[in-house]
Amino acid sequence: MSIARFWRETPRRYNLGGSKCSTCATVYFPPRAVCPECTSHRQSIEKMIPFQLSGEGEVLSYTVVHEPAEGFEMQVPYVLALVQTREGPVLTGQVVDISPEEVRIGLKVHATFRKLREEGKAGVIHYGYKFAPTEEPESHPAPRGPAAVARTDELPARDRAPA
Amino acid sequence: MREVAVLGVGQTKFGELWDRSFREIGIEAGLQALVDAKLSSAELDGLFLGNMASGTLINQEHIAPLILDYAGLARRHLSSVRIEGGGASGSLALHQGYLAVASGLYDYVVVGGAEKLTDVPDAEATQITSSTADHEWEAVFGATLPALWALVARRHMHLYGTTREQLAQVAVHDHLMGSKNPNAHFRNKLSLEQVLGAGPIAEPLGVLDCAPFSDGAAAVVLGPLETARRHTDTPIRLAASQVACDSMALQHRKEITTLEATSAAAHRAFQQAHRTPQDVRVAEIHDAYTISALVSLEDLGFVEKGRAGPEFANGQFSGGGPLTVNPSGGLKAQGRPFGAVGVAQAVEIVRQLRGEAKDRQVSGASLGLTHDVGGTGATVVVHLLERAN
Amino acid sequence: MEAGIVSYGAYVPRYRITPAEIGRVWGSDGEAVGQGLNVYRKSVPSPDEDTITISTEALRTALVRGAIDPQQIGAIYVGSESHPYAVKPTATVVAQAVGATPNLTAADFEFACKAGTAAIQTCLGLVGAGMIRYGVAIGTDTSQGAPGDALEYSASAGGAAFVVGRDHVICQVHHTVSYTTDTPDFWRREGQKYPSHGGRFTGEPAYFRHVTECAHRIMETSMTSPKDYQHVVFHQPNGKFPQRVGKQLGFSDTQMKFGLVTPYIGNTYSGAALLGLANVLDHAGPHERILVVGYGSGAGSDAFDLETSDELAQYDRSFGRPVQWYLDHGVELSYAVYAKFRGKIHMGEA
Repeated sequence: MSIARFWRETPRRYNLGGSKCSTCATVYFPPRAVCPECTSHRQSIEKMIPFQLSGEGEVLSYTVVHEPAEGFEMQVPYVLALVQTREGPVLTGQVVDISPEEVRIGLKVHATFRKLREEGKAGVIHYGYKFAPTEEPESHPAPRGPAAVARTDELPARDRAPA
Repeated sequence: MREVAVLGVGQTKFGELWDRSFREIGIEAGLQALVDAKLSSAELDGLFLGNMASGTLINQEHIAPLILDYAGLARRHLSSVRIEGGGASGSLALHQGYLAVASGLYDYVVVGGAEKLTDVPDAEATQITSSTADHEWEAVFGATLPALWALVARRHMHLYGTTREQLAQVAVHDHLMGSKNPNAHFRNKLSLEQVLGAGPIAEPLGVLDCAPFSDGAAAVVLGPLETARRHTDTPIRLAASQVACDSMALQHRKEITTLEATSAAAHRAFQQAHRTPQDVRVAEIHDAYTISALVSLEDLGFVEKGRAGPEFANGQFSGGGPLTVNPSGGLKAQGRPFGAVGVAQAVEIVRQLRGEAKDRQVSGASLGLTHDVGGTGATVVVHLLERAN
Repeated sequence: MEAGIVSYGAYVPRYRITPAEIGRVWGSDGEAVGQGLNVYRKSVPSPDEDTITISTEALRTALVRGAIDPQQIGAIYVGSESHPYAVKPTATVVAQAVGATPNLTAADFEFACKAGTAAIQTCLGLVGAGMIRYGVAIGTDTSQGAPGDALEYSASAGGAAFVVGRDHVICQVHHTVSYTTDTPDFWRREGQKYPSHGGRFTGEPAYFRHVTECAHRIMETSMTSPKDYQHVVFHQPNGKFPQRVGKQLGFSDTQMKFGLVTPYIGNTYSGAALLGLANVLDHAGPHERILVVGYGSGAGSDAFDLETSDELAQYDRSFGRPVQWYLDHGVELSYAVYAKFRGKIHMGEA
């Protein structure tokens, strides 16, 4: 992949910058120059405004990939999902930090920042969004061995991870 | 617009053709079709060649004049054009050939489709074929073509209760059909257990849910229907030729379990031919992944949305009902040389309508349909063919 | 108002490996090694994580918690000894990923395990001088020990980001001092994958001397003694060294309790002291005094005399995960998968 081709998309791939039709308010990711939803399609030209996605959403569908895309060999098997974002657009991305058997349609996820791929050992590293479960996956257990100094359930409410 | 007929057909064996080059297979199919059409090359006006990715697969772009040249037609300086539409390249070429003859500008054309997948390693072929989906917003994030179809499968199962076994039935059916096709990549029959037990590619799809990477070529000769009897006793009329497109990325579709481009192309095709889905007796549909066959049957109007799984498992489309699907073995068993697929579908339907399909002949086949899909459904081409009286 | 900490965030990767599992592969009694080091497990980054992604996660948490407009950030410094690029800054990617570009200065720091505390000092200077509104200091690593080396039992991954500013300071910085010498206790030469170290030389003349001297200096400067602090955080290359130096200096286990995180996640190098401080801040109320003494091989110590403010009571820590969560959770890996994740398996050429 050429450097410039990836680099020019970093505002989208790093920060989920989309666009919104100022006529019909539909949100798009990646950004579009013209609104496919608008009845007056032509009139939406030059009326698409930048719009920031929150990165929150839920799994619309998913697969566990065993024959990887190039550059994903070390992550096999990995979960690839369509994520229905809160603002409307559907995004394709990996779901990480979860065991494949725990993924389900409807799982709440949020965008996280990860390496997408490296152009070989000497090349540029590409970063972008993936998704991580917002709810606590059940298989994220306390490891064996002595517990830490204080258990989470002994902490005041404000210190707990958001539910 | 004048009526267009298929006058001749040709096809190479599909499979891993280690000792044969892209040019060789391209020429073989084309010459077969010319001979079949009893057409003198002096009558030819042009060539349309469907091909998806010669540049990355064999490091050769600009293949249309190359094939024309090796077909011995360069001295005549005919028009030769390559058509690309991902996996639907072949039937897009057929559409262009149809337009050329129907318009009256050309009289006789050869439409070819050819692809050579095995000259690159499998991982590279996966990457190249995945570029028929949206590279920047799907493939970059880890999506492959089978992974995207697996997303469709999972959602279809979620919404309609389609089962893993129903998906597997498609592969069983295709291999049974393919076992009777001497040109098929795979001629072995599969049991349900074999399909279910095969290793995973992208869950829920396993190795045997996915069509192979094949080499192969196919060709048809088109000409005006009015003079078709000069060339063949059984001219086959191209009753409809329709193309529809949709968003490139699956993520931008309204509902991923419906390929709206399929519905649109089919709707237009049935309108053009003044026919309905119930009139179709034999169909070659897109079954690159078992799920795509089920979704296609629904979107073509052959079965109600969500019902393809159980209907298929009933044997409804395997000779037990009015419509028989993929008698060639489909992409799954006959093979998947991407750019050749759509043309090979037409070749099979022509043979069925002529009554020349031997062991796999569908009885009473008078109207046939081909359905070819590029990527995950961004380009869909539907043709209706029928025996001319 | 003086420059102080206005927000912070932490991040530790999901995977863990135990000393017993490492020892199993190398024929050592890993459990005994772990007990000797007071390390029960260490964190392991996923193949798609590095100091850039860890920094970004930690900083995004800090910015949300502090309701900080990233465009008001005037400087981002990322301290690490495992920057993904030898040449090309970690800080620029992080700046872009949090939306802080382009009107800021950014640079990567390297000083073994104390590059993060050095970054805090730099931010304190810039903010204190009125040159910038917010400065971001991040300490993070995905450090590696050579396979079978003693370091492999502790070298882990994680990081914390601190935002330095003048308004709504949740933790004041009364003083900061440093102690620096040329001491070759631990190093990694250009082009080498794994670091080298001087064995027991890393102890007395290196860690203990610098931490002790620096702790004495800051308490002298601040006119304090150990009893004035509710919490103390030391650099923690393992679980033993900080306990020993703490005892020698006269601190109790209670004072050290929240600042010691290495036993549960391993040595996160540049992230270690900062994750300890983040854990203290997770648990602290207003007006608690905290002593932080970092250490970096090569060698030097940075010390901070800190005190939480009334603002901490209003500070919303609910976004993101507390450090405690990372200490309590994790998915254990076999050595084989760990070796794959960490690139320790020789792969064929693609």
